[in-house]
Amino acid sequence: MAPLDPSGMDDEATPKPRFVRPYTITAGRTESSVDLPMEATLRTQGDGTGGLSAAALKVLEVCDTRSVAEVAALVHMPIGVVRVLLSDLVEHGHIRVQATITNDSSRDERIELIERTLRGLRTY
Amino acid sequence: MDFAPTSAQRKAASTKIVIAGGFGVGKTTLVGSVSEIQPLRTEALVTNESEGVDDLAAVPAKSTTTVAMDFGRLTLAEDIVLYLFGTPGQRRFWFMWDDLCLGAIGAIVLVDTARLDESFSPLDYFEHKGLPFIVAVNQFEGVQQYSLDEIANALALPPEVPIIAIDARDRESAKSALLRVTEYALQKLTAQLSVGVH
Repeated sequence: MAPLDPSGMDDEATPKPRFVRPYTITAGRTESSVDLPMEATLRTQGDGTGGLSAAALKVLEVCDTRSVAEVAALVHMPIGVVRVLLSDLVEHGHIRVQATITNDSSRDERIELIERTLRGLRTY
Repeated sequence: MDFAPTSAQRKAASTKIVIAGGFGVGKTTLVGSVSEIQPLRTEALVTNESEGVDDLAAVPAKSTTTVAMDFGRLTLAEDIVLYLFGTPGQRRFWFMWDDLCLGAIGAIVLVDTARLDESFSPLDYFEHKGLPFIVAVNQFEGVQQYSLDEIANALALPPEVPIIAIDARDRESAKSALLRVTEYALQKLTAQLSVGVH
């Protein structure tokens, strides 16, 4: 949705990039349409990976049972870029996002999660 | 909502605790001593005039820098994974804490008594956001120069905020901090219940 060059700095059109600019990987998109907290874990589902970009495939390959933050670390891409790629994979049915606590979570859901965490920590 | 997911689907599969503190206070050490994986590093792009993480649209026109966060993972049970995120304490990184703290159980502010002032910013932030937090004083080489009461006073901590001494290098000690903040978060939630807040 955001313009690539809001300042109209056309003379910057052919810089000497030291690396691939992140928005190139995401085809110019800067926002993900799916809610993807850092700790949210992903599960791959379905098959067929036709039409996916190399970057999206790389993400798909490592994301099963891992969190958004882990995927970003493993593929060496900034978190925002990985969110856009993961969001596409969700929308195309390649992966699903497992639940986390959000702003909409009820107090009961929060208490249930914290109690489960406590039980786990005590025996960790 | 007729199509609301079942409780099994809605049960959170992962959660997080935030570890905040000044540079070199031992955040990554703490993460590393309890994590089942070597701490990983993830980066977010920041523009110098950024209001948000990864404001990529602004990248071409502004100089950018990256903020690194180290994190670890604890598989606590088949159905729950806990992530620990170490985050830089300086006020200029506040903009990314919203993202990090949303949905977190709570936060541990790791304190080095030689640089207490570096704790003020995270303390202010968590208090302002209402995120449950505890203070963990990292004891290097077991040196205890000040009592916990003295440190709590110097930090102007509200009396209900737990303060403990830990050795971030020690697994059990680091774990005790995780337990303390989780218990405190639960205590705060259930206290609200008994007061009758819906």
